[in-house]
Amino acid sequence: MAVVETPTGAPEAYRWEGNIEELRGLVSERAFTGETMLLNMGPHHPSTHGVLRVLLELDGEQIVNAVPDVGFLHTGIEKTIESKTYEKGVTATDRMDYLSPLSNNMAFCLAVEKLVDLDVPPRAQLIRVICLELQRIASHMVWLGTHAIDLGAMSVLLYAFREREKVLDMLEMLSGQRMMGSYFRPGGVWRDITSDFKPTLVKFLGEFPRAVQDYQRLLEKNPIWVDRTQGVGVIEPERALAWGMTGPALRGSGVNWDLRKSMPYSGYEQFTFNVPLGEHGDVYDRFMCRILELWESMKILHQALERLEDRGPFRSDNRKFVPPPRSELGQSMEAVIHHFKLWTAGFDAPDEEVFAAVESPRGEIGCYLHGTGGNMPRRVHFKTPSFMHISSLPLLTQGHFIADLVAIIGSVDIVLGDCDR
Amino acid sequence: MGVSSKLGNLGVVTTTLDQAINWARTGAMWPLLFGLACCAIEYMSTQASSYDMSRFGMELNRATPRQADLLIVSGRVTRKMAPVVRQLYDQMAAPKWVISMGDCASCGGIYNNYAIVQGVDEIVPVDVYIAGCPPRPEQLMHGVLTLHQKVHGETILDWAAEAPRA
Repeated sequence: MAVVETPTGAPEAYRWEGNIEELRGLVSERAFTGETMLLNMGPHHPSTHGVLRVLLELDGEQIVNAVPDVGFLHTGIEKTIESKTYEKGVTATDRMDYLSPLSNNMAFCLAVEKLVDLDVPPRAQLIRVICLELQRIASHMVWLGTHAIDLGAMSVLLYAFREREKVLDMLEMLSGQRMMGSYFRPGGVWRDITSDFKPTLVKFLGEFPRAVQDYQRLLEKNPIWVDRTQGVGVIEPERALAWGMTGPALRGSGVNWDLRKSMPYSGYEQFTFNVPLGEHGDVYDRFMCRILELWESMKILHQALERLEDRGPFRSDNRKFVPPPRSELGQSMEAVIHHFKLWTAGFDAPDEEVFAAVESPRGEIGCYLHGTGGNMPRRVHFKTPSFMHISSLPLLTQGHFIADLVAIIGSVDIVLGDCDR
Repeated sequence: MGVSSKLGNLGVVTTTLDQAINWARTGAMWPLLFGLACCAIEYMSTQASSYDMSRFGMELNRATPRQADLLIVSGRVTRKMAPVVRQLYDQMAAPKWVISMGDCASCGGIYNNYAIVQGVDEIVPVDVYIAGCPPRPEQLMHGVLTLHQKVHGETILDWAAEAPRA
């Protein structure tokens, strides 16, 4: 018989009221005879990168089935945005994928700009690209640190977070907040870059290559790392596509698909960079893809820095959608009216549907937006990469050991806020 | 070979039992390795190289609640997660303390909706609230030090008087 017993004396509230029959179809028939063991991993587990729960069916150490259970961080962000004006909605998008808030901002702002047909000046697009690439570096640093710590390389986290702090300092210069800056707004960015931003970025770009070399030296040829990652969690390109994987997890299988190249937004088509591809589709190739992406991000940052002028337009001057600068408020009655309208009622958007997608550090973040004709959206939906990657976990983990599950979860780089929203 | 030869000229320190115990409790207060959402990333930053929380005897995060003294609720607590948080709290051995990190954990933050528990104090008793969305690492450290101050004001009788909680 199946072994599902509540320990006697457990408080009433924790007694499991479910029935093992509920799991029929999710786990194999062998679990019902007690031949395989059911084990619950998470939602409180240091290596599930958040509050993911995985129901494991184990044959000894080997995983027969892994059933992910999501929703422990379901925040109702999409519903919250429905009751916010378009400009305020940006704030809520920050908190979805909390490792790359600016990518979420970007997807939402692109959708809003598409909906109301708003142009963004080239300099603002350039600032956005710089921020997005900095954010990609910051996000990959957290990924690298946690992925390494999961596989037993403790020191990498300390190095990676040292570099991440430098990036966060720069983002704080721009937006005033370390993580949730809401720096991108429909029509451009919130304010111009500060005078100390460019020198800091130049300094960072001088130091960062050495740091990445260090990380590569620490892990790339490390025999333990190679043993733990090569040939683990293999997924073929066709299946990766069929399961909706995107980003480095897809490119690790050798599929050349990067939205920055294939459907450029915010002026990415003007930059020269490569898309690193893997061959085998295993944990190691996904790891290498992300590491090589750091170099490509640096390339983009160098090019962007050359083009970035110290002063210039940083947001659209269409006063119907973008508030006027403070200096105008004292002189122009119209500016006061626009300012008041935008900060109380916001702007109206037509009753139409749009979809915009960007390449975030973990894959494609798509934003579906349906206007009402009024100042709030009727429906907002985000198509997020982590959800797709978690749903492919059963496929990736089958037949592997429990210890490999941790490596695989790290390699697809999930963020539960991104998945559950 | 008596005590005097071991101590040399160091002399003798006298203190109260309360002070000695509170000194020990605040010197190595092990937090539970438990992250919920965005604040958990700042919590990680606080642990990492730049901010280095081990200066306060907190570098050791225990993944099991049985070995942890401090529950840092770092992030929004959803209705689905709330029973889990409560169970983790119940599994911790007394004496135990709770820090509610960030706006979401403290009061629901910007999410006044169907999914989010409007403050983790609905399910567990909270000692220190930290504002911010997410709070900076400095703020978290300030919250921890505030908790240390609070612990210094406790006597062992406070905990002894309570019914066994874990």
